[in-house]
Amino acid sequence: MPVELLINAIIAGLLLGGFYAAVTVGISISFGILDIVNIAHPAFIILGSYIAYIVNQTLGIDPILTAIIVLPGFYALGAAVYQVYYQSFEKRGQDALRGLAFFFGLLFVTEVMLILVFGVDYRYVQAAYIEYTWHYSFMDLPFRMVIPCVVSLLMVGLLQFYLSRTFTGRAIMAVSQDQLALQLMAADPVKIKRTAFAISIATASIAGALLIVIQPVEPSVGREYIGRVFAICVLGGLQSLPGTVIAAMLLGVVESFTATFYGPSWAPAVSFGFLLLTLAFRPAGLLGR
Amino acid sequence: MRSLYFYISSILVGALFFAFARWLGNDYLFFAGYTVLQFIVLATAWNILGGYCGYVNFGSAAFFAVGAYSSVAMHKLAAGIDRYFPESLVGLAKMILPLNVPTLIILGGIMSGLIGLGTGYLTLRLRGAFFAIATLALAVVLQTLIVNWDFVGGSRGAYIIRPNEVPILGSYIQYLFLVMLVLSVVALATARIIEQSRLGYGFATIRDDELAAEACGVPTLRLKLIATTISGALMGMAGAPFPYYIGYLEPSSAFGLAYAVNSIAMPMIGGTTSWVGPLVGALLLGIIQQVATVTISSAVNLLIVGLLLVGFVIVAPKGIIGLVQDFMRERVSDGGRPTWRSRLAIFANMRPGAR
Repeated sequence: MPVELLINAIIAGLLLGGFYAAVTVGISISFGILDIVNIAHPAFIILGSYIAYIVNQTLGIDPILTAIIVLPGFYALGAAVYQVYYQSFEKRGQDALRGLAFFFGLLFVTEVMLILVFGVDYRYVQAAYIEYTWHYSFMDLPFRMVIPCVVSLLMVGLLQFYLSRTFTGRAIMAVSQDQLALQLMAADPVKIKRTAFAISIATASIAGALLIVIQPVEPSVGREYIGRVFAICVLGGLQSLPGTVIAAMLLGVVESFTATFYGPSWAPAVSFGFLLLTLAFRPAGLLGR
Repeated sequence: MRSLYFYISSILVGALFFAFARWLGNDYLFFAGYTVLQFIVLATAWNILGGYCGYVNFGSAAFFAVGAYSSVAMHKLAAGIDRYFPESLVGLAKMILPLNVPTLIILGGIMSGLIGLGTGYLTLRLRGAFFAIATLALAVVLQTLIVNWDFVGGSRGAYIIRPNEVPILGSYIQYLFLVMLVLSVVALATARIIEQSRLGYGFATIRDDELAAEACGVPTLRLKLIATTISGALMGMAGAPFPYYIGYLEPSSAFGLAYAVNSIAMPMIGGTTSWVGPLVGALLLGIIQQVATVTISSAVNLLIVGLLLVGFVIVAPKGIIGLVQDFMRERVSDGGRPTWRSRLAIFANMRPGAR
């Protein structure tokens, strides 16, 4: 029945959108708050997926648990990438053109390395909840989608709490607005930015694990997410995490509708078309500054 | 005078290489050479927008593919004249179709140029990073459209049967090679003319400080539209003969990330401020890739490109040309008399201090 199909499409879209929030939150911090155009973020997410896959295959540990365990590793990786970026581009004032090329190269190198090591086969993980679906009258709630959505919203909530309540979090929000004022408060802008960027990469670990729970992953899957994350981030008004969640849900629902009513082969165009239109007509985002 | 030297020497170099390859009589040389020349065109085209104006285009593959697919569409049209044309026009259509490769190149150029203009209108009021992301989005939107367009083969791809022989030259690949050789000279000449004209200085003001340029009365939006159109058109021209070269075209190969990465990496590694940069970068990377594809593997050659790109933007932000410039600056300053080095520098429009 169309109405039931419609409601199921909305539910699937909201669940998908919840997951998109986890994918985008890293970009909202690095691009939205810090103004670092990290287009390599999806590559780090795929890296997270592959780590979850390896650990799941060899030790049988749950992918999401793995992601939490390797969180410090991703944090360190993020700090290292920021250090290189800061020393070579930001400090010299060349961040625009060459910084972009740097991250583009990073994206490409990560993808090719993953292809060289793992090949282009689709990989997937095993966990008890992936097979399970909860039925309520005509509604389907696949746990493969519910768990990522819940974990993602928890993570975004925690980050929002951190950014708005702690000193470092507030400093991160402030660093994009006024660096001098931040220095007067005895906080080192570079150190704050490094922390923030490291956190943004750390979220990629969790997002990667969630991704491989939802769908099988191969190295070039990340590219589809470039458009999605930037579409959501821009639509959500760049620095606002609640805005990110709303925009993610919106895109999730629109994509789910397209896939249900027009066929999945049109789905990639939706997010990117969404992005093009947003950039052209509402560059300040939904909640606009 | 300098322009005359440029044209004579580029035609001479091209003719010499062509004669050399014919003398060796190995068709592989033409196949490999075609790819390198194609990258020269792509890199030069990217540099017109990316290097001169400072707007990074991640969607080179999309413009390339639009050129390629406009050729495929014309090929399909020619194959089914009776089906697609009304009775009265069949005779006329048979006279025109199938189009020859140079006409297809012009057609591909027009199509991609229009796409470039459209992208410009849609996105160029955005600055910097937003433009780059929008071009990435454009590539995916266009790819999805092509995948869902059955006339040009959709996701199954399309076969193009090319003629085996052409009059005078003999083998078809030599003909394609020659066409691409001419096209790369045209692309380099375009870049060089832009560099030395008011247009080039206008572009440079946009790159250096767009807000200040606009305040001084530089028509920035119009200049940027010109840049996206020229850049897009050249990329489409590079793509137009591609179906005839490869024989079988499918969306994921035409929109491959390799084109986007290469057309950014080559100017970045060569140097972005002069037309020589993309040329040097394309020759270097193109030849390395051809060698690596044959000797190691095609995945590794992409890794090399990526690593070189990351390495160069960190260590030598001005590219090879920048390194050479620094080297020549020392030489010219102590002598005062023109040496062969300074003459070369003037010829290549990269004399110390200029731009």
